[in-house]
Amino acid sequence: MATMIVRSTETLPIRAEADVVMVRQKARAVATEAGLGLVDVTKLVTATSELARNALIYGGGGTALIESLQDGIRKGVRLTFEDQGPGIPDIEKAMTDGYTSGSGMGLGLSGAKRLSNDFSIHSVVGQGTRVMIARWK
Amino acid sequence: MERIPILRMGDFLLVTIQVDMHDRLAMTLQDDLTTRISKTGATGVLIDISALEIVDSFIGRMISNISAMSRVLDAQTVIVGMQPAVAITLVELGLTLPGVKTALDVEKGMQMLRVIGGGSVVPPESDGDDDRQEY
Ligand SMILES: Nc1ncnc2c1ncn2[C@@H]1O[C@H](COP(=O)(O)OP(=O)(O)O)[C@@H](O)[C@H]1O
Ligand SMILES: [Mg+2]
Repeated sequence: MATMIVRSTETLPIRAEADVVMVRQKARAVATEAGLGLVDVTKLVTATSELARNALIYGGGGTALIESLQDGIRKGVRLTFEDQGPGIPDIEKAMTDGYTSGSGMGLGLSGAKRLSNDFSIHSVVGQGTRVMIARWK
Repeated sequence: MERIPILRMGDFLLVTIQVDMHDRLAMTLQDDLTTRISKTGATGVLIDISALEIVDSFIGRMISNISAMSRVLDAQTVIVGMQPAVAITLVELGLTLPGVKTALDVEKGMQMLRVIGGGSVVPPESDGDDDRQEY
């Protein structure tokens, strides 16, 4: 049975809007290097942008872990966004298309899920939020 | 402060987005365009996004806002050059951009604006007697 190998890993801070741009660019570089096609790269980077912005705006800042993965012959990219912000009291509601507690379009979480092959979210009120996405070649 | 340039071409304003915009830069562009439309009385706005590698919900909202705001000021906005991968992604993200006009490239966008607005791409200070193109 094949085991999953982490080919590279990098953690980037998300403290300002310019960091969101940096995370997008790094995600693009890693996804392209892993051999993902343009549409897959675009989907992953768009999801990345949404989740990095959420970590900044709602989470008060955090980090993005970018990993290049190999699972057997499959290559992919996984991103984990983490913050120590207020957490999400009702994840189901937050995942609903169009729901925003701020002034957004309410498509970040639900859209990021649709744009990714793997998606998971873990949030504890008062402790923070962690969202993981992955896209495979 | 960093800004995205807005070019004037006769009755139209042309914006070419060439950088990966952070959110505040996008907001600034929205504000700058509003000011320029009301100052110049432009009848059309052309936004070339062919260099944009993604359109996320924030940029999508900016595009919707610019389009709606220009209509209020009696101008039309056309978004041109969206990359196919961006368009595919936009749909899956769930963004529909209702009321936003799009065209394949700058030339087609220009044509669209002329048909809708009847404006001219010839600068008003040019020597032509009546360069206004009517459709
Ligand atoms: N990292 C986070 N920390 C706390 N709340 C969050 C976080 N991410 C998302 N949320 C909550 O989920 C809602 C929906 O998020 P999203 O789908 O990205 O839409 P939007 O950003 O437009 O509000 C947000 O309005 C916010 O209330
Ligand atoms: Mg969001």
